[in-house]
Amino acid sequence: MAGHGESHVHPVSLYTRTLWWLMALLVATVVAGYIPNVPNWLGVVIALTIAVWKATIVIMNFMHVRYSGKLAWLFAGAGFFWLLIMLAFAFADYVSRPWEPFNGWPE
Amino acid sequence: MSVQELQKTATLEHTADGHHHSDGILGEQFETLEQQNTSYLIGMWAFIVQEVLFFGAIFTAYAIYRFKYVLEFTLAHHELSVPIGTLNTFVLLFSSYTMARAVRAAMQNRHKKQAFYLFLTFLFAGVFMVNKYFEYSAKFEHHLFPGGDYSAHAVVEHAQKMGELREVEENGQKFYELGKTRDGQFTAFKRVTPQEFEQRTRLFFGFYFVMTGLHGLHVLIGMIIIGILIGRALIDHAKNKPVADFMPVEMTGLYWHLVDIVWIFLFPLLYLIGR
Amino acid sequence: MTTTTYTGTDKPNYLNWKTSVASWLLTYDHKRIAILYLVSISIFFLLGGLAAAMIRMELATPKGDLLTSDVYNKMFTTHGVIMIFLFLIPSIPAVFGNFLLPLMIGARDVAFPRLNLLSWYFFMAGAACVLIALFRGGIDTGWTFYTPYSSSFAKGEVSLAIVGVFLAGFASIFTGINFLVTIHKMRAPGMTWFRLPLFVWAMYATSLIQVLGTPVVAITLLLVAVERTFRIGIFDPNLGGDPILYQHLFWFYSHPAVYIMILPAMGVISEVISAFSKRRVFGYHFVAFSSLAIAIIGFLVWGHHMFSTGQSIYAGIVFSFLTWIVAIPSAIKTFNWMATIWKGRVHWDTPMLYALGFMGLFVIGGLTGLHLAAMATNVHLTDTYFIVAHFHYVMVGGAIMGYLAALHFWWPKMTGRMYPEGWGKLAALLVFVGFNLTFFPQFILGYMGMPRRYHSYPEEWATLNVLSTAGSSVLGLGYLLPVIYLTWSLKYGKVVTERNPWGARGLEWELVDTPPDPHNFERTPIVTRPAYDYNHPEEPTGFVPKPRPVVVGGKDG
Repeated sequence: MAGHGESHVHPVSLYTRTLWWLMALLVATVVAGYIPNVPNWLGVVIALTIAVWKATIVIMNFMHVRYSGKLAWLFAGAGFFWLLIMLAFAFADYVSRPWEPFNGWPE
Repeated sequence: MSVQELQKTATLEHTADGHHHSDGILGEQFETLEQQNTSYLIGMWAFIVQEVLFFGAIFTAYAIYRFKYVLEFTLAHHELSVPIGTLNTFVLLFSSYTMARAVRAAMQNRHKKQAFYLFLTFLFAGVFMVNKYFEYSAKFEHHLFPGGDYSAHAVVEHAQKMGELREVEENGQKFYELGKTRDGQFTAFKRVTPQEFEQRTRLFFGFYFVMTGLHGLHVLIGMIIIGILIGRALIDHAKNKPVADFMPVEMTGLYWHLVDIVWIFLFPLLYLIGR
Repeated sequence: MTTTTYTGTDKPNYLNWKTSVASWLLTYDHKRIAILYLVSISIFFLLGGLAAAMIRMELATPKGDLLTSDVYNKMFTTHGVIMIFLFLIPSIPAVFGNFLLPLMIGARDVAFPRLNLLSWYFFMAGAACVLIALFRGGIDTGWTFYTPYSSSFAKGEVSLAIVGVFLAGFASIFTGINFLVTIHKMRAPGMTWFRLPLFVWAMYATSLIQVLGTPVVAITLLLVAVERTFRIGIFDPNLGGDPILYQHLFWFYSHPAVYIMILPAMGVISEVISAFSKRRVFGYHFVAFSSLAIAIIGFLVWGHHMFSTGQSIYAGIVFSFLTWIVAIPSAIKTFNWMATIWKGRVHWDTPMLYALGFMGLFVIGGLTGLHLAAMATNVHLTDTYFIVAHFHYVMVGGAIMGYLAALHFWWPKMTGRMYPEGWGKLAALLVFVGFNLTFFPQFILGYMGMPRRYHSYPEEWATLNVLSTAGSSVLGLGYLLPVIYLTWSLKYGKVVTERNPWGARGLEWELVDTPPDPHNFERTPIVTRPAYDYNHPEEPTGFVPKPRPVVVGGKDG
């Protein structure tokens, strides 16, 4: 963490601006959920993109990571990175199971 | 750094150690308040990393089953109420904002303002829990709690009404066909037995209750901590304390934002996708 | 351990400056918490050892005559659950990590002393749950709690045991968080990252795994308990679930957990080898970074526990390849230790004997891991005694050897008493011989196809099994001896008052009293030399600054 700025008080406008963004994104994600005839995978992609966006601004502005030192970045990043590792390797198994050239292999 | 420089800083820090922090904020193991505050922040972040993986493991399991049983899960999604979910998201996002304002007030040592914003946060959390209570009771009423009397009946009925499921019979065996109706024409994507359908939707509601339940537990724990902090802030205000340790509020803030982030992902993944 | 051990000097130390029971049970002192952990895990080690003894006695004869198959299942579950969750995981981190970390980096305590005590209480609560579950009829799921057996079929207090493991897991997470912050923020001035003792690097890597991995197994086991209560079907194929998903989530933690056990031992070995060869650890940077590499790569290999399940073979290929990569940092460590001993002035004290034993046994344990990492041979060897022998070579031959090395090496510092050297050497020899006698035959048995977890076996495997059981009694004696002579030494051992009985380098030897002062250092020390600077015996690693007149105005920014 930076040697200074830990007890630095941020202007209220930072929080208000963040709140408006969050509300706008909330409306966006609900509306996107109701667009007819969106393929299922695209719906998931849109919903997750907006969720990641929302989470990022919460982490950056409300949790002050943008204004913190390298260590906070490292810790904030590590959790999500390890989650990605878990998802990626678990899915590697489930996605590639149907490729196996055996008859009657379970779905 | 040269030895001389090191000696100098060490001596200086040591004068800061022995006596002068009379307000008892600085822990015995620390040299400076700055060291203590950053230690607490890093510790809280390490805890958040832990929480991310704690929830992450269920998210992974949920993702895998949704991938395996897309159609069944999509129909089960429909049973969750988007208005309630949206309202709860709104409430939690707003409470994150008031929490951030409370932390700001704490840093400025404005105890009354801090107590006010903490109280608002507490209130929003309460609204969230009340909503959850009504939502849960509705699920229990429709036998959608995956306990002894679980039944996919409500899901099937709803899906039939929307034209996304129809019953067929083949060789005296009943099946459900899952698909879509477009221009009065039903296209089937998948055929399952009623028993399979019941199991897979039950799996969905199992995940729904475990995930929102764990999240709700975190909200409750947060409410208890916030309640304690309100009391402390009011005491500080009554005593007219010039400087108070703002780290407890800041750390609770980080925790609260994490609870918010978990919901930011839960809401679309449970309520919205595939609608 | 709570008896006072006056060292002959008048100066109070952390053991005797307060003596009430409450001063121990409510202590925030990292050194006392380490002792609390030491006493508790020693008891669990003996309990787990007792279960192991029952297993080996049963296997002395081919017929299943001593224990019924049901009791036998409960016995190996008891052995596994206690040894892994209640002994190996907390062993070196919670005892020696707690005791040494602040001393090694020049701090007055860990960053969060109260969290540290809370961790011990979580651990004890978890242990109580596990023990109650075991005594109320026991559980027979194996320590892995594999589904769907554990979630849908197993009788007994499985859920209670799971709650116990869950609590012990959070104790481990708290320790991890504490150490991460301590290493980042509590280092004394001049203690740069590359002056840290390698034990601290190992503890850092271990803490990473504890924080990143443990929550996953906690929630997974919780799901098993939920499944047992509500029958959601997450892990039950009859209800649309997938039992292999459980294995994915379980091994996401439990494979790295192997490194929670072995990395701290590796840290100990680095300390001991350098102290008894009187040489700087060869390739310091490589050894330090190999700890981190093991911690990170260790998270990418879990699927090698699942080659013979329904896991996709394509995922298996990736996991197999990544598993081989872990051998690289492990080999880096081993070769660097050998290079440290090379041309060193080797002293054959007990800790060094254990360290040398570690190196030999860990190499065997590690290399047989490669046999198992290869998918083709894995199919032949999985679930046989080859696996059992392999992980005992790593866990017992590695982690426990490291633990015993640490116990003897730091015993005078912790207690102010020296253990009897002759008995120490004898015990080290017995442990080494007994261990090999017990577990080497199991490699052969496994290769011949003897499956694990059965209480009876065909006649033709009798000779090797008798050999193994005979070896286990030697091993058991080897473990009992230290329990006896270390306890004996608390009262009758040679009093140690000098700070550095081994002539070793490091703040804990050079600047800290024996036994340590309650506040560790008179004043925060200043570090001026890198770790293990045996080439400059006249230069201390650091010094405690003299007090200076107060500077008005203080430090700012």
